[in-house]
Amino acid sequence: MHSLARLESRQEVPFFRREASLFLKKIMLLFGVLLLTTGCHKKLRPIDENKQLLRLNIHTEPPTLDARKATDTSSIPIIQMCFEGLMRRVPGRAPQLALANRVKISDDLMTYTFYLRPANWSDGTRITAYDFEKSWKTILSPEFGSGFANDLYVLKNARKAKIGECSVDEIGVKAKSLSKLVVHLDHPVPYFLDVVASHSFLAVPTHIVETDKKWADHSGPHFVGNGAYRLKSWRHHNHMVLERNEEYWDQTAVRLEQIHLTIIEDETTELHMFESGELDWAGSPLSTLPTDALQALADQNRLNTYPISGTYYYIFNVRTPPFDNINLRRAFTYAINRKEIIDNITQSEQQVATNFVPPTMWEVTQSAFEDNATEEARKYFDIALEEMGYTRSSLPPITLIYNKSAAHHKIAQAIQEQWFQAFGLRVRLQNVEWKVFLDELAHGQFQIARMGGVASFQDPLTFLDQFRYENSRTNFSGWTNEKFSSLLNQAEQTTHPEKREELLRQAEGLFIEELPVAPIYYYTGTYIKKRYVKGIELSELSDADFKFAFLETQ
Amino acid sequence: MIKYIVKKVLILLVSLFAVATLTFALMQAIPGDPFTEEKAVPEEILKAMYHHYGLDLPWYQQYFRYMKGLITWDLGPSFKYQGRTVTEIIKEGFPVSMVLGVEALAISIFAGISLGSLSALKHGKWQDRLMMVIAVLGISVPSFILATFLQYLFGMKLDWLPVARWGTVSHSILPALSLAALPMAFIARLTRSNMVEIMQQDYIHTAKSKGLNSFSIIYRHCLRNALLPIITYLGPLTTAILTGSFAVEKIFGIPGLGQWFVMSITNRDYTVIMGTTVFYSAILMVSVFIVDILYTVVDPRIKLVTKKVIL
Repeated sequence: MHSLARLESRQEVPFFRREASLFLKKIMLLFGVLLLTTGCHKKLRPIDENKQLLRLNIHTEPPTLDARKATDTSSIPIIQMCFEGLMRRVPGRAPQLALANRVKISDDLMTYTFYLRPANWSDGTRITAYDFEKSWKTILSPEFGSGFANDLYVLKNARKAKIGECSVDEIGVKAKSLSKLVVHLDHPVPYFLDVVASHSFLAVPTHIVETDKKWADHSGPHFVGNGAYRLKSWRHHNHMVLERNEEYWDQTAVRLEQIHLTIIEDETTELHMFESGELDWAGSPLSTLPTDALQALADQNRLNTYPISGTYYYIFNVRTPPFDNINLRRAFTYAINRKEIIDNITQSEQQVATNFVPPTMWEVTQSAFEDNATEEARKYFDIALEEMGYTRSSLPPITLIYNKSAAHHKIAQAIQEQWFQAFGLRVRLQNVEWKVFLDELAHGQFQIARMGGVASFQDPLTFLDQFRYENSRTNFSGWTNEKFSSLLNQAEQTTHPEKREELLRQAEGLFIEELPVAPIYYYTGTYIKKRYVKGIELSELSDADFKFAFLETQ
Repeated sequence: MIKYIVKKVLILLVSLFAVATLTFALMQAIPGDPFTEEKAVPEEILKAMYHHYGLDLPWYQQYFRYMKGLITWDLGPSFKYQGRTVTEIIKEGFPVSMVLGVEALAISIFAGISLGSLSALKHGKWQDRLMMVIAVLGISVPSFILATFLQYLFGMKLDWLPVARWGTVSHSILPALSLAALPMAFIARLTRSNMVEIMQQDYIHTAKSKGLNSFSIIYRHCLRNALLPIITYLGPLTTAILTGSFAVEKIFGIPGLGQWFVMSITNRDYTVIMGTTVFYSAILMVSVFIVDILYTVVDPRIKLVTKKVIL
């Protein structure tokens, strides 16, 4: 009876109410604990006006800091902070002397003699001409796995050595003494000083690399450089700290004490970190800004842009129909409305590309064709159909491929619509995974493909050269033209700068006449920065020099 | 029991062998290799690279090399990150993913069961409906959207937590919450439906009539039975949280193994693909195995009427 009465009295109060309120309390407690923990968070130190500390983000973990192996856009900038070559690039000017304090050039532009200034590696060992000779020869030895060894093919016998036709000792680089390096070239290279300033021609500390195979993959005493900064710590996939290199020959000119680099791939996160004051810089050249944020940043007058020597283009496969027809290529090229794409999609003050070589390379006085020339495009389209014996409806389907990226996708959609407006023809779009995309390009399994190229040295040849030979791996379109190749060969052999430029301009004229590619725009770099960040030199080759960077204190 | 365990371990080893073989076959089948890049290089350079990394060997030799590497757990260096071996990568990356995963798992289990029980106790009331709205949101909002939202709210606007990176406890809260939302919502729903069903059962009425206090009714009789299906879910959930952290790790810049798992495929980093796939498969199999054993602990009837209990 007693227990029944108790049960009845319980049932008057809803059975689980008390338990429910207990649960509620627990949940409150959970959130309370959460809030308490968040209270412990201390924000990353806001910029200390007295400390010269620059905070940057790099989009990917650098695969290696070995200057002989790195080919990617995350390793190279860090390598350039920690290493210095014989020359250095300065935006808008000729290359300047760096580790070399004098250069003697022979009249035939085939022999360069570099005299090294007295300078040390960051461990205090003297930097010698032998370091350069040995580093370059290692890159060119057949058994060494370096992805950019062909950049060094300008050296005499370099290619022969790489394919094993001659010994590495016959390569045209020789240290005559500790400070004298003599370089013999394969052919006259008027832009050689610019090439020597690139990351491909750096030296590595030969006294270290032989004893420690992993010297460039971790921080520590074995990581020895010769640049303005040295690597202090490196937590993989997390962050790196660089500090001023006290052994650097020009260290009085270096004002930054430290550079902190976070490694975060997500562009939006980088922007969020910048906005919350955890970074001093976001965007090019170490990373990119999210395309969706560009318009807003531009509206707030915070977006900075600078020209890059690079062209974004669509490539036609001229080996197979229908794009073996030159008039069809013309039609598809002329019908693109580039300005519309720049204004509405890319939104970073890019320039409309109506030539192949960007205007950062040489003065471009006139367009090779009009942008958005729909009428002309239709004319060429009709001619092409007639030549190929097709009608609009019987033309086989055309597919445009591009690698997975929001920006490429948007541009492709816009151009698909523009071609539809011009020809009443719906081109198929195909979004392909990066490595598969490259594989299809290499095997010529495409009709139209997205491509882009940024110059590796400041000379128009860097753009034109990839089309010199029909079967070279760099020539995805398969286009070839004997006169074009012979103009490039002539240009390569001439030492006269004006004559050389004239030959190259003729070659580009021929190229743009036949249009194996449809140029779309010339690249720009975009970034936002805190107002106090000064002195970073951004080059058109997408390099950045942080040697003179500093934070302006009031 | 021992016979059962030995049998399970043998099956596990055979499965791992099959996974490794299949992974190798798929790896060989997909186009592209670690050295295809946008800036194409001359043939001889590519050949030198292939030779350097043993990619010029016939497929069966490569296969035996990988299998030998797996057995000795020394797969050699990554193709992309040449200075780091696969073993190093797993050793450094996995603890990070595990800390994040355990945190997310704890949040999702604790909050999920609490919310689910509360919702069942308040069946049909506004609290129940609110919980279900939260659960639907949790299930339908993808973790990367939630992550960005949390970053914006707690990192940028309120300035309570760091936007990204890894290092201290405060760095791990936002990623753990983003990762926990979906399983939490799922567990909440599962708990709720089981609790509601169990609360109608005769033995609960019996317990009530026996005069047991409601604490022991809920904890001993209701919750314990309601948890069985949740334990089933824990095995795959653990693996899903560990392997599925890719997006969250990317957004918050966390140096975990989840990133490697996906990145290695885009990079065609063959050794890392092999290492991470086999490693994760082993974890999945082991966690399912542990769940099997856990069953017998939670429910003594399990060996007799297994099929009836697993819902």
